Amino acid sequence: MTKPENEITWKDLEIGSIVTEPGNASQYQTGDWRSQRPIFDNKKCIKCGICYIFCPEGCIEQNVEGYFEANLFYCKGCGICTRECWTQAITMVEEE
Amino acid sequence: MEKYAIFVPRLVTKKETFAPGHRACIGCGEALAVRLVCKALGQNVIIVNATGCMEIVSSQLPYTSWRVPWIHTLFENTAAVASGIEAGLKVMTRKGKRTAQGVSVVAMAGDGGTSDIGLQALSGALERGHNFLYICFDNEAYMNTGIQRSSATPFGASTTTSPAGKMSIGQVTWKKNMPAIAAAHDIPYVATACPSYPFDLMAKVAKGIAISGPAYIHILSVCPTGWRCPPDLTIRIGRLAVETGIFPLYEVENGEYKLSFNFPQLRPVTDYMELQGRFRHLSEETIREIQHRVDKDYIKLTEKAV
Amino acid sequence: MAKRVGIEVSLAIAETAKLANVDVVAAYPITPQTHIVEHLAQLVADGELDAAYIPVESEHSAMSACLGASAVGARTFTATAGQGLELMHEVLYIASSMRLPVVMVVVNRALSAPLSVWGDHSDVMAVRDTGWIQIFTENGQEVVDNLLGAFRIAEDQRVLLPVMIHLDGFHLSHMVEPLFLPEQSEVDQFIPPYYYPFPLNPDKPITMGAFAPPIIYSETKKAQEVNLEASKAVILQCWKDFGSFFKRYYSPVESYLSEDARVLLLTMGSFSETAMTAIDKMRKEGRDVGLLKLRLWRPFPFGEIRQAVKNAEVLIVLDRALSFGGPGGPVCSEIRSALYDEEKKPKVISFVGGLGGRDITVAGFEYIVNRGIEISQTGSEQEFEMFGVRE
Repeated sequence: MTKPENEITWKDLEIGSIVTEPGNASQYQTGDWRSQRPIFDNKKCIKCGICYIFCPEGCIEQNVEGYFEANLFYCKGCGICTRECWTQAITMVEEE
Repeated sequence: MEKYAIFVPRLVTKKETFAPGHRACIGCGEALAVRLVCKALGQNVIIVNATGCMEIVSSQLPYTSWRVPWIHTLFENTAAVASGIEAGLKVMTRKGKRTAQGVSVVAMAGDGGTSDIGLQALSGALERGHNFLYICFDNEAYMNTGIQRSSATPFGASTTTSPAGKMSIGQVTWKKNMPAIAAAHDIPYVATACPSYPFDLMAKVAKGIAISGPAYIHILSVCPTGWRCPPDLTIRIGRLAVETGIFPLYEVENGEYKLSFNFPQLRPVTDYMELQGRFRHLSEETIREIQHRVDKDYIKLTEKAV
Repeated sequence: MAKRVGIEVSLAIAETAKLANVDVVAAYPITPQTHIVEHLAQLVADGELDAAYIPVESEHSAMSACLGASAVGARTFTATAGQGLELMHEVLYIASSMRLPVVMVVVNRALSAPLSVWGDHSDVMAVRDTGWIQIFTENGQEVVDNLLGAFRIAEDQRVLLPVMIHLDGFHLSHMVEPLFLPEQSEVDQFIPPYYYPFPLNPDKPITMGAFAPPIIYSETKKAQEVNLEASKAVILQCWKDFGSFFKRYYSPVESYLSEDARVLLLTMGSFSETAMTAIDKMRKEGRDVGLLKLRLWRPFPFGEIRQAVKNAEVLIVLDRALSFGGPGGPVCSEIRSALYDEEKKPKVISFVGGLGGRDITVAGFEYIVNRGIEISQTGSEQEFEMFGVRE
């Protein structure tokens, strides 16, 4: 777990301020940006994976049954998946 | 391009070497482009990145979205740093100081970092023939600093430094043809791509790193924030850019042009422009001028292609 | 046994880089550095040096390519002068703050306008704050020795900082001098192989060059400064080891006939050679004058300066660069600042001369010393005096 930036001392820094933990930005919750979220209707889903391929966050994951759903920790609610889904199996609903 | 079945997305690697948690705007076409490029690049790569949107959203100390080796130094020297990396790897392997084989060197920069401030370094690297892939992510303005115009901003687009106003229609020059400039260096591979055609994009990237010598790929990156369009239309707008002939997809292999898609009839440019606020101010006359120029350029391109 | 050869200093620099077995050279030609890069290109072309020679399209790209090569673990070397150093200015900061041990020879050249290819230190003074280790040299042997030392210092795991070796354009770069070029076996023993702790490598992905918001930027700069200051200990150790190995000794501030001197003259670079002759002459005449030669410029040798001037009453500093609208002599102003809080300190007099390759003869140095003594007695309305300007 990376220390939050306001706690990092100059001694904590790696040489040249190199970040040695690949992909540790995945600790950052971009999910609380969104004002709407995608709801996936598996009855309509044909498991094509288009939503997965077009998500700019790369946060749409395929579950064991082969259906797709957005990881709400990251989902920013852009609506691209909804727009591109071939069978209109995804709907955007307002975030509370 | 080969015809792909609808279920092909599931054949793409599930690995995300460009990790979620990055701070790109919602619906960012460039983030999607980078994500797709990274899928095609795999793990055996070193990425050199210019200052710009993708660098900023992915590398705020102490975090990084990158799961591959990645270096950012300045705005205009991406191709030069990539040259040094490529030469360093080659020499160290030759001198037995390094055993890793086949590491791809990939430079990533925006349109500003490529066709404006980065043009000199790019030209030098292409001329010297380094074995690397240079990818320009073109969102048609200096987006990261607040939507200022670049030489890649299209004619008539309103940006903060080429704003539409009583005395101006916005950008008064035509988009600089970067792929043509790259091709003029006689490099083995030049291509244009768009994330709305993800498999075409990934195939081109794979080709780019496989080629020996310099390769250049120019990727249209739809920017909802800067182009003033809804974030869920990113893919649609990218498709329209191709279908209207405004951003044709093609390859130039050893000087030979090859269209990736050809349409029996191009859609009118208004289909593309009416979805974007940056063109909202244009008169019918200017739009006609743009249509005329797009048609002319498209014919020139198809004539070059076999 | 090292041979004594008569060789142009520029060529000796290239030969030294060859002895150090550099991996990558990315350089752009600029007078008066050209002979260095030309000879290096020939050495590579003849297979005498196994390196990648990247003929970049500008100095900005030269330093950028060096950064890239250094970041994957290659030993990198480049050379430039004057305008070239200025063109790569922003990249210099990157090299030091990203802790990449590039070694660069700067053939000091005056800055335009008007255009001047001849030597002075205006290019050096413009890059004071870039965070590089910087060393002045005054003759060919010193260049060769300190260039070898530079690789050892830069690549030391406790340092990992880029190093600049300064030599005067034309006056030193184009001089044919007799000097000792070490044997390859001696160099191989003295310079260990380069090992970078976090090279760009797919086996261990790292991110270099992340950006720093205000909450963390200051910490990165503190870390950098602490590291640069700590490098002084490594530099001193390296010079000590060099002395044991090659029997030639270097130190941050060197003195010449200054033990009981009431009046001291301080110079950097090739002027020190002529100044020594002038001091010799004045000593013979019974004057109690001495010479200080500044070698280590960054990190600044505070302790050594204070120690060297302890017993002097007058210190005359000759700068070869002009800081406009300010202190005039940049080195002088730094020395003044270093001495300000000392209880006992000499009067510090600032001279600026030798700009744009203008020579200063022995008589000129005599004048400077005498005039400096005069100013220390009568005072002056000016902050500094320019020597040798036709009124």
